[in-house]
Amino acid sequence: MPPKLETSDLTALRDGTPIVDGVSIAVAKAEVLAVVGPSGAGKSSLLRLLNRLDEPTEGTVLIDGTDYRELPPTELRCRIGFVPQEPGLRNGTVAENVTIGPRLRDRTVSDEAVDRLLSRVDLDGYASRDVSTLSGGEAQRVAIARTIITEPEVVLLDEPTASLDADAEARVEGLFTDLITESDLTCVLVTHDRDQARRLADRVAVFEDGRVTAVGDIGTVIA
Amino acid sequence: MSPSLLDQLSEPVVAKGLVQVGAASVLAGVVLIVSYLRNLGIEIELGRSFVRGFVQVLAMGAVIGILFSLRLAWSTLVIAAMMGFAAWISKNRGAGVPSVIRISLVSIVVGSGVVIATMLAAGAIEPTVRNLIPVGGMIISSAMKTNSLALDRISGEIQNNRGEIEAVLALGAPPERVISEYVTTSARASLIPMVDALKSLGLVYIPGMMSGMILAGSNPIYAALYQFVIMGMLFAASGLTSMLSLRLVGRSAFTEADQLKTFEEPEPTSLLDEFRTTLS
Repeated sequence: MPPKLETSDLTALRDGTPIVDGVSIAVAKAEVLAVVGPSGAGKSSLLRLLNRLDEPTEGTVLIDGTDYRELPPTELRCRIGFVPQEPGLRNGTVAENVTIGPRLRDRTVSDEAVDRLLSRVDLDGYASRDVSTLSGGEAQRVAIARTIITEPEVVLLDEPTASLDADAEARVEGLFTDLITESDLTCVLVTHDRDQARRLADRVAVFEDGRVTAVGDIGTVIA
Repeated sequence: MSPSLLDQLSEPVVAKGLVQVGAASVLAGVVLIVSYLRNLGIEIELGRSFVRGFVQVLAMGAVIGILFSLRLAWSTLVIAAMMGFAAWISKNRGAGVPSVIRISLVSIVVGSGVVIATMLAAGAIEPTVRNLIPVGGMIISSAMKTNSLALDRISGEIQNNRGEIEAVLALGAPPERVISEYVTTSARASLIPMVDALKSLGLVYIPGMMSGMILAGSNPIYAALYQFVIMGMLFAASGLTSMLSLRLVGRSAFTEADQLKTFEEPEPTSLLDEFRTTLS
């Protein structure tokens, strides 16, 4: 059985310089892989390539053994969800933001389904709230709900708690743990926080200058 | 066929015009003398501006006189050149938009071309050089201004909201739906001057063509009706150009894999190079 997500010699250049350089990693179904490394190491660029927001210069990504370029980008992005570091919410209510993906694909989502999802991300009663009134942690949880509503098989998380205080960080981490357990989600978590990697991930890949310098169990790679 | 430029220069009305210029120059001379006597120190600049304005407007009259002496078929070339220059000027407002010169050219040619052809067929523009070039120029100019506003707004909207756009793209939403909100905003913004001109027509804004026709002795009601026809043409050309331009930007902003392209300011190139690229 192939890995859920696999990259093969994945490379991307920016102005002729590799920002992701020959990366080959595999993530099994329901596994959480943390990608750690210093700022500018290419971690976020890797996630953009996995969601195909950017095009690899060389190499490719396989999902369930299928080259992702064989899938329509809209279908691929439903299967591989991406929660960016900045929530990027649009003006409007929480419900409008959470349902934007299905709505733009002409799919309806019932109010009850939105309420259930908001309850799952600990935002009960927030459906009609204007997003401009939300705290950083609340906005990040709306961004997570917006991704989860598309029922992805893989979720890419880019520094999801980077701008949050300790309380908000703990709540978001608890939410991830629940979602991963309940839905058998496969996750790639980019974080600069090695403690967070220890708390959430099964394995870790260390990134430096666009390359993977080490990959393996948490205890072995980051002591 | 229209009279040649020499024929036009020898018409008695030109001599009459020169006498009128002389009268206007005497008045301007009074201003210069007052400026000199009061030590304002601006008489040289005023004098130069006055002479320069006279030379420029006379040159423009001569060019129009030459154009009027051409055969009708040549006016097609003149209109095509106007469209080309309009696209060249307008594309600077969308600096960084992928394929911006192509988008400007196609939008202005289609937007103004459809209106000119329709109004020619309907008889609202007479198929003479004297009618086609000035009215065609007004239509192309209106299309150009709207195209510039549309490009300026949409490129700003996309660049300022890049994070939001990519966050929604990442959910598997189709690109054209992701930016539809920004396209609507840009279309509205680009048509504001046209809509306001229509709203204020006759109340605040007394258009030049109507004034000119009345001064030339036309029936004021007919002048008003014809002015409205002109406004309708300008509105149609603006609307078509704006919508087409924004639709093309919506397509060119994304790759075949639905990735938002970077909007990079291009290196300056010559007009000829740009058109070579567009044609290729």
